[in-house]
Amino acid sequence: MKWFDYQAPRTVGEAVEAMTLHPTARALAGGTDLLVQMRAGRRTPDLIVDIKKIPELNELRYEPGAGLTLGAAVPCYRIYNDAAVSRAYPSLAEVANIIGGTQIQGRASIGGNLCNAAPSADAIPLLIALGATCRVTGPNGERTMAVSDFCTAPGQNSLEAGELLVSIHLPETPAGGGARYLRFIPRNEMDIAVAGAGVAVVLENGHIQSARIALSAVAPTPLPVDASALAGLAPDEGALRKAGEIAAAAAKPITDMRGTADYRRHLCSVLTRRALASAIAAAKETK
Amino acid sequence: MERKVHVQTTINGEAAEFLCEPRQSLLECLREILSLTGTKEGCNDGNCGACTVTMDGRIVTSCLVLGVEAQGSEITTIEGVARGNELHPLQKAFLEEAALQCGICTPGFIVAAKTLLDQEPHPTEERIRWWLANNLCRCTGYDKIVKAVQKAAAEVNQ
Repeated sequence: MKWFDYQAPRTVGEAVEAMTLHPTARALAGGTDLLVQMRAGRRTPDLIVDIKKIPELNELRYEPGAGLTLGAAVPCYRIYNDAAVSRAYPSLAEVANIIGGTQIQGRASIGGNLCNAAPSADAIPLLIALGATCRVTGPNGERTMAVSDFCTAPGQNSLEAGELLVSIHLPETPAGGGARYLRFIPRNEMDIAVAGAGVAVVLENGHIQSARIALSAVAPTPLPVDASALAGLAPDEGALRKAGEIAAAAAKPITDMRGTADYRRHLCSVLTRRALASAIAAAKETK
Repeated sequence: MERKVHVQTTINGEAAEFLCEPRQSLLECLREILSLTGTKEGCNDGNCGACTVTMDGRIVTSCLVLGVEAQGSEITTIEGVARGNELHPLQKAFLEEAALQCGICTPGFIVAAKTLLDQEPHPTEERIRWWLANNLCRCTGYDKIVKAVQKAAAEVNQ
């Protein structure tokens, strides 16, 4: 690895100052993507800013009615070991438990998964489906943006020079709400999605009041899908079929070593359909 | 300026300090600076688990931790698993069940499995297999490793 300096600031302000002074600086949370990329020479920062000593980036707080604040450096294991999060957002707890293996989950964060902006990132489609927003702080102050707008290209995000992702916010799950992320990998664990689908649904009076879908590994970025056509439908076989069709039509997959474009499109249909069925089942329980 | 960093940490229960470059991984620091060569390098990108150590009680792949991150933390390596000359039940079980062949993956498996048994004395076979999914072995086919962990769990619980 090329030489770099290391700082571990205690406040967001100090981190932003360091990252502003060093435009090539990278924030280090779990390092499970960043250090691999640096060792391969794909990223060559002159400064690593370890953000794990900053209290706000370690915050994991669920407030009934207000939702979940998930600090950008909170490692996966804290999410699925948190009883309140597992109750209020079981789909998020499940995603935190399928990223890497035990060792990776001890370090890797959902914030890092988002900043790494891989098309195949497992957490991002679910965050988009759940309507998550990000709190970003930089030299020009603070801003809030939708997770669906955060990734711009493979490995690229919309953070400006000196900006830091502080936390992710998930709104409260509405009554009648349910969500699920499903992916296809050829193994049982420790693999990169060939395709994945995150789905959130809200049921009202026996019908789908609203649904959100986002896909992984079938576009240059995690892909939000317009699912407005599902609103008003009964949560039955017809709605599942429709959701699968919408997802397959929206996907823009490529052919590579993990799968062909046709296969990925087919997976989008199957995974979206199954994820919606599972989200509907979860929604019926939250009523 | 290219300056080494002074790191103070605790390794296997004892205070330790070392000088390292920020770019050196914890794995490199353990092996090349501290001469704790029990921890092995396999893939060096977090996939194989051969370099597993614990950091503040959680297992991590030490190739994906910077040495400077060890400042103020507690590290346990394979060298800290036995008590003096008394092998840990996991180490005995690995020998008795022939759960190793070339041995490169073994320190990582034992450190990872010990952390599981420390927190869950009665893991199911499925739980053991999921817990160890980040540890690869190209010799044994895993069955003997899982049996050794089950045997050690039974002994630890006696």
